Amino acid sequence: MSISINGALAELPQDPRVSLLDFLREDLHLAGTKKGCNQGACGACTVLVDGERILSCLALAVQYDGRAVTTIEGLAEGGVLHPLQQAFIEHDGFQCGYCTPGQICSAIGMATEARRGAASHVTADLTAAVTLSREELQERMSGNLCRCGAHNGIIDAIGEMVAAELAA
Amino acid sequence: MSILDAAKGAAQATIQAAMGKLVPLAPDSWIPGGIPDPLIRRQHGVIGAALSRLDGPLKVQGAARFAAEFPLDDMVYAALAYATIPRGRIAGLDVAAAEAAPGVVLVMTHHNAPRMNQPAVFGSSPEAAGPADLPIMQDDRIHWNGQPIAVVLAETQEQADHAVSLIGATYAPEPATTSLAAAKAAGPQPGLFMGQPLRNEIGDAEAMLAAAPHRVDQLYRTPRHNHNAIELHGATIAWIDGGLVVHDASQLVSAEAATLAGVFDLDVAQVRVTSPYVGGGFGGKCLWDHQILGAAAARLAARPVRIVLSREGVYRGVGGRTLTEQRVAIGAEADGRFRALIHSGIAAMSPHNNMPEPFILGTRSGYAADSFSLSVETVTMNMLANTFMRAPGESVGTFALESAIDEMAVELGIDPIALRIRNEPDKDPTSGLPFSSRDIVEAWRAGADRFGWAQRSATPGTRREGEWLIGMGCATATYPYYRMPGAAARITLGRDGKAVVEVAAHEMGMGTATTTTMVAAERLGLPIDAVEVRYGDSIIPGAILAGGSQQTAAIGAAVIAAHRALVADLLKLAGNDSPLAGLSADEVGCEDGGLVKLDEPTRRESYASILDRAQRETVVAAEEASPPLELMHWSMHSHGAMFCEVRVNTVTGETRVSRFLGSFDCGRILNAKTARSQFRGGIIMGLGMALMEETQFDERNGRIMNPSLSEYHIPVHRDVPEIDVIWTDIADPHTPMGAHGIGEIGITGVAAAVANAVYNATGKRIRDLPITLDKLL
Repeated sequence: MSISINGALAELPQDPRVSLLDFLREDLHLAGTKKGCNQGACGACTVLVDGERILSCLALAVQYDGRAVTTIEGLAEGGVLHPLQQAFIEHDGFQCGYCTPGQICSAIGMATEARRGAASHVTADLTAAVTLSREELQERMSGNLCRCGAHNGIIDAIGEMVAAELAA
Repeated sequence: MSILDAAKGAAQATIQAAMGKLVPLAPDSWIPGGIPDPLIRRQHGVIGAALSRLDGPLKVQGAARFAAEFPLDDMVYAALAYATIPRGRIAGLDVAAAEAAPGVVLVMTHHNAPRMNQPAVFGSSPEAAGPADLPIMQDDRIHWNGQPIAVVLAETQEQADHAVSLIGATYAPEPATTSLAAAKAAGPQPGLFMGQPLRNEIGDAEAMLAAAPHRVDQLYRTPRHNHNAIELHGATIAWIDGGLVVHDASQLVSAEAATLAGVFDLDVAQVRVTSPYVGGGFGGKCLWDHQILGAAAARLAARPVRIVLSREGVYRGVGGRTLTEQRVAIGAEADGRFRALIHSGIAAMSPHNNMPEPFILGTRSGYAADSFSLSVETVTMNMLANTFMRAPGESVGTFALESAIDEMAVELGIDPIALRIRNEPDKDPTSGLPFSSRDIVEAWRAGADRFGWAQRSATPGTRREGEWLIGMGCATATYPYYRMPGAAARITLGRDGKAVVEVAAHEMGMGTATTTTMVAAERLGLPIDAVEVRYGDSIIPGAILAGGSQQTAAIGAAVIAAHRALVADLLKLAGNDSPLAGLSADEVGCEDGGLVKLDEPTRRESYASILDRAQRETVVAAEEASPPLELMHWSMHSHGAMFCEVRVNTVTGETRVSRFLGSFDCGRILNAKTARSQFRGGIIMGLGMALMEETQFDERNGRIMNPSLSEYHIPVHRDVPEIDVIWTDIADPHTPMGAHGIGEIGITGVAAAVANAVYNATGKRIRDLPITLDKLL
């Protein structure tokens, strides 16, 4: 049984109780994915599985046999930061930096969801293409808690990424 | 408290009283800050720039290493079991199944824990960081519902978590005070904060209140709160050659190391506490039982230990802000002038700590009045020790005071901003000291303009859009300028023109590393990339608490002292062949990587040239900061004017904050980007306090009922509007860099601004936080 983590194959743990989060942090020493509550309430542990955002604390590692996981460590390419990582720095979208990896992974997954037309609680027209307004971004990112209060900078940074994608 | 402690306290109080009489009378020039920091004059350098965090690239890549992320060989994982009664004894502990469970290395209880000294409780000495005046796992006594009763170590976290679930405990309960009513019935005690009574009496405030033509007299309540930093409290701990190494999430590395040394009978030099990154602190990331238990278990097992509290464990073992009940009474003339200002009430504490939530601190310096009666009393409950949480005192105290002022504005029919300005004091109203800087009126005017305060209708309930009522409110923000003794800095300047600045300080998101680099670079006359700041390690000299918004000032003063020593050393090394020959440290400044005579800029020499000629690779200067006597010479505070617009749903009672502006008067701002974030962060925590945050405490058994982030609500993205922040940027002439710490002021005044806006929207005055939907229906 194996799993792809940021493009590299890894053996899954023997103990079926090991969460994907603990597998990343403790077995693989990929500590960029954070543990904030271990019960699916804070979003700090968000990673991308085949492009979809999931809470790795609520996922058992063995369930992800054969899947491709991208963590915060896998976003920069060849030493160049992902545009969203750069935007977080520019907009000061963090203070302590602990919720940051989850926010960034979550935002990337969120943009993918919107592209395929997934509606949110604040989407007014379910038949039209999704427009990621500020309110939509706030709604769709509300599963990622930040206690330092970097919310404005986080949404600004994500807004910049979304705008750049639209322009491209 | 022992007789010895009492005697020490009395002696300290006598010295303080004498200093308190003499220091105010001393000439300014004798006092630190009496001669303004030369950096205040420098307007075109890096200070004040909007610089991105230097550790940003690490943080956005998940490469900043937090306490629970240090990999150590042969490490085991810890899990804790917690008591389920508030007070009594452990009657029986069944650990056999846990010990037999797969992977278990150790089950530690009071039966087999190593003998440890009681940690010196915070406040009992400058180095003390203990959470409470209690032994830790040394006997069968239970002091709060949630106290750790066993530690399991196992090869994996899963094994430890399973094994700890197999521990059985029985108890012999004893009577406990777990309801506020019972605690009040037992009688309140006078509150003592930092050795000083929380009491001010000036004139006969009750009589003047009774005689005043206009009166407001109300009771305000605030509940318990938890810090809820997103990073769980955790540590990675190892005993190495008889010494103790703790990689911790800590706001006080030096004091923690000293306290741990006391607990384990070690020399301070044998304990090293590191804390390179803290995933949010807010007052919570200090020394609690788990680090001590982790170290004890590591010693017993002779293995390194990783101990990370579960989210529930954080609520069980790390105290939060306590509840308060506050009376505010104001007596005023028809023109708005205050005759009497009364702010008194109670805060709950445990029997084993001393943190009487000092909610009157902001009132002491806030407004002029003819008479004052201010006091905090404490009542005792059997519960986890309460502690500091962002702006302890002012956060909840300003809710009561600034709500009452709004009520008085309604009573008088005067605009609430005009009422505040009318009662603006010309010196500190309770201490009589001059203010070091106070430009709050400027902050009010700039804020009111920008927010569009003139659009507000003074009559509640007059602005409506569909189901929504819209209102505006405002409140004063205030937090003291603190600088604590004991800070030090070490500067190592190299022949390569690079400097390393070391301070035993902390980075919890404030941007400490970034602003310290900026300030040090400016002071040394070096580019930012030539300065490296090291911090978060107890082996660095000095002690700098990340608390009381004092870190920036403490670092600033320590770097001033070390810099001065460095310049003196450089001048000595420069010798007689230098263009600087014969000059003293006061005659030179630092510019362009060297020293320059201040009034004759052609006389200069680079650091590289000086060190080259002296054949030195480096020059090192380490100094302690001057004692913070300025705090006794001036009344030193930060200020802000908070503006809020809310929309309240008439059907559901839901309150949405649609706009918020903080207009601050906090000295010179060092980094516009990180400062804006700190202000916003405080404001957002204040929005949580206003509308949703409450640690629910079961009064039947003293157990916290909502120990999770799904049941303790904090603001999420959707709750946070775009928050506007402006500042006066007027330097305080008496502080390092002219700056003030700004980590805490942001939360103050916010809850009142929200409550006052809710009143303006609906006509309903909510005096107990949080302002939940049910209170508005």
